[in-house]
Amino acid sequence: MSDTHAQTVPYVRESMLPQAEPPVAERGVVKWIRENLVSSWLNAILTLVSLYIIWWVVSHVWGWFAGSVWNAGSLTECREILAGEEGACFAVIAERWNQLVFGFYPPELYWRPLLALALFFAAIAPVLFPERVPRAMFVVTAAMPFVNVWLIWGGSLWGPIFVALGFVAGWGAWRLAQPRLGVLAGAILSVLAALLWWGVVTGWASPDFARILPLDLQRVTSRDIGGFLLSTIIGLSAIILSLPLGILLALGRQSDLFIINKVSVAFIEVIRGIPLIVWLFTAQLLLNYFLPPGTNFDLLLRVIIMVTLFSAAYIAEVVRGGLAALPRGQYEGADSLGLSYWQSMRLIILPQALKISIPGIVNTFIGLFKDTTLVVFIGLLDPIGFSNAIRASTDWNGIYWELFVFIGVLFFIFCYSMGRYSLYLEKKLSREHR
Amino acid sequence: MATTTDPHRAGFRLSQLVYDTRYRSMTIQIVALVALIVAGWWLVANVVQNLSALGKDFDFGFLSSRAGYDINQTLIAYDNSMSHGRASLVGILNTLLVAFMGCVTATVLGVIAGVLRLSRNWIVAKLMAVYVEGFRNVPLLLWIVLIFAVMTESTPQPRDFRVLDDGTSAASMLLGDTIAITNRGVFIPAPVWGSGALVLGLVFLASLVAIWAYRRWAFARQERTGQIAPVFRVSLVLFLVPTILVFLFMAFLSDRQTLVAYGGADGQDLAGFAQALGPDGRVTACVVPGTTQALLVRRALRNSDANFSLVEVADGEAAIAAAEAGECNLISQPPGVDPATIPAGGFALSDGIRSGNPVEFDVPVLGGFNFEGGLQVRNSLIALWLALSLYTGAFIAEIVRGGILAISRGQSEAAFALGLRPNRTMNLVILPQALRVIIPPLISQYLNLTKNSSLAIAVGYMDVRATLGGITINQTGRELEGMLLLGGFYLGLSLLISGVLNVYNNRVKLKER
Repeated sequence: MSDTHAQTVPYVRESMLPQAEPPVAERGVVKWIRENLVSSWLNAILTLVSLYIIWWVVSHVWGWFAGSVWNAGSLTECREILAGEEGACFAVIAERWNQLVFGFYPPELYWRPLLALALFFAAIAPVLFPERVPRAMFVVTAAMPFVNVWLIWGGSLWGPIFVALGFVAGWGAWRLAQPRLGVLAGAILSVLAALLWWGVVTGWASPDFARILPLDLQRVTSRDIGGFLLSTIIGLSAIILSLPLGILLALGRQSDLFIINKVSVAFIEVIRGIPLIVWLFTAQLLLNYFLPPGTNFDLLLRVIIMVTLFSAAYIAEVVRGGLAALPRGQYEGADSLGLSYWQSMRLIILPQALKISIPGIVNTFIGLFKDTTLVVFIGLLDPIGFSNAIRASTDWNGIYWELFVFIGVLFFIFCYSMGRYSLYLEKKLSREHR
Repeated sequence: MATTTDPHRAGFRLSQLVYDTRYRSMTIQIVALVALIVAGWWLVANVVQNLSALGKDFDFGFLSSRAGYDINQTLIAYDNSMSHGRASLVGILNTLLVAFMGCVTATVLGVIAGVLRLSRNWIVAKLMAVYVEGFRNVPLLLWIVLIFAVMTESTPQPRDFRVLDDGTSAASMLLGDTIAITNRGVFIPAPVWGSGALVLGLVFLASLVAIWAYRRWAFARQERTGQIAPVFRVSLVLFLVPTILVFLFMAFLSDRQTLVAYGGADGQDLAGFAQALGPDGRVTACVVPGTTQALLVRRALRNSDANFSLVEVADGEAAIAAAEAGECNLISQPPGVDPATIPAGGFALSDGIRSGNPVEFDVPVLGGFNFEGGLQVRNSLIALWLALSLYTGAFIAEIVRGGILAISRGQSEAAFALGLRPNRTMNLVILPQALRVIIPPLISQYLNLTKNSSLAIAVGYMDVRATLGGITINQTGRELEGMLLLGGFYLGLSLLISGVLNVYNNRVKLKER
């Protein structure tokens, strides 16, 4: 064909031209800039405005940061060192970082909260990355709450051990009684066994064990715990404690039983309708009214209880979303297999619903972790509480940017990484559902 | 769950309460109800016992007793002799004020940031991502405290605005000397409503009604005939033109008021009158506070370099009486009044003041130690408002972005295939669908913002938590009643908003067949 053409039509090319590069304006950086930055007048103006903003911020922050002073005893000393030059005074962080992070926790015991944190990460690894971490790690997950209480507050290890054994006793009673006596009797017996263990055996045996093998750590009171340690303790314990409660509330809200349903709805709506700060003041001012006269317990514990109830309501809504997102066929399939309510929930519904809700739960936790800063208003010393105290001291009166940048960056790292994890999970879930 | 069992022919056995699904749900509910009642009774009994141990009772009477504390920002008349109930109302209004301002700015910020984050412009999209992530991942309280610290510590003091002898000053006002940002707050011009304000307001309302009617008409015609009327441009004209025309008309028609100087001479102007009083003399003007005349007299006196003071009187009659009693030597009278008779011995000055502007702005001016006049917006309000707006705006940006992304590409492609232009595609196809996704979480963000406004405690803004839930509780010792009312207020507000949300959801729900 081409031969005949070549003879009859002489101006047709006989050979292919080599591929030419696209014109300069249509390739590489130039094309990218043309399409992304200056594609229209409006876009060009936006680019210029953004560049100006970036330049303004960078030029201010860079000079301030580059000239920073890390070693000084007070703001006045800092300013003397700077001698009129622009510069930050991060000496305040160098001097007070341990308060901002650990509060008044004894410095020689810093390894304990750090170890507790490491243990926590080891414990949540099998939950967060179930396919990459062996299932045996769940043993760590089960032991973590008890060991961490011991690590942070100190005292004898036997207390937490006996509390944990109470759960084991309840579980054992359930396994023994349930096949023989049925679900209801099994549940009652297991609760009784656990209560009996905590009420009788613990009080009677744990001092003896403590005498034989002390396993004692130096005690640290709640008042000495502050800074980020406090925020983390409140946030993590509230989220862990509120998960079971939130799941129960969500099930209650989905339930057909009228009274259970209405009680759950009322609880969730009342808790969510009122700001956390009002609840914290309630914990501080009013809790004593609702408890038997003479009851008085740790403010930190009160706050943890209140924040737990608060986040349980939010988690209930997240889990309810997960339950509602499951196709109706899953519920009907469970019913058609003849599973009881709790069996169908445990084996079929909750594993799927909770998996969908994990991103929402993580987001709730991010919100909760940020909200732990509110405890400053009832007298607990979280990072913002310490920043107020530092700003009020004579040495550092008048400093604010450095402190807030430090606190903000720490919070940002924590919350941003959790947000990224939640995004990763959402992407993974949407891939699995395809 | 729902299982069928063979009907029992034998009589009812007690074990059926547990094992028969027909009765079991009843049993569980009754057990739950009993447990609930017992728990409630236990709590109430504890409260009663604790209250009696403290010698307190449960009584809301404290709401009508004298509050005795001052509130530095009030939207309605309040002083410390009024009741705790009134103080709570002031607090509620302050909460609603900051919540409303916050919702408006957060929406504007959020929509802009959300749309720009989807922009193809890489730098703008990344900048918005930094804004959103930065504000979402740092506690709101930190932002409030930070902005408050910046507002109080790095802004100039009022005295820095004083012009020194060499003609310079350490700080200067913004926007043509009308706004001053100081460490005591931001001073902005305050509107003062004159005699024609009512007419102007009515005209404005009428133009709003006209816009609404026109849009209805345009929509109905489009449904009927398919012809599209220019809605936006006509609405804009209707919104602006009548009000501006009436304003100009009234300002043009207004006469000059006669300034009557007591003890002056005919033909003097204000400066001359002030000079005639001598270096120790002082022009004292009788004015009715809160009127445009008062504002204009003060402005004229300030411009004349005279030594002056203002005496506040109730109305025009009282001003004449006060002048005749010698309490002041300058009053302002409507045009056409014979100055020689009112007050006896008064003379009209040759320069009058213009009256009749429906609205005048009271611009803040540096006085002895602080700015005078204008409206002082306290730093507490500014910090709370800015932080709430920026923080919630970041969340709204994500909602807007998600809403737009949720509309599948096929929708806009189908619209283009029908030949719709991009802005019509946006208005008729994308936005109606995106709004259905956006509005429910948007409203719950408004609710969050309102609840978060209780962080006012960090900057000392007097919201409802600070008045009812703070000082009132501390003064009366009524923690239980005060916290109940405070919780009731927030709960009522959030139930109201979620009720509105439900109504909206039902209205926009896809009509499925």
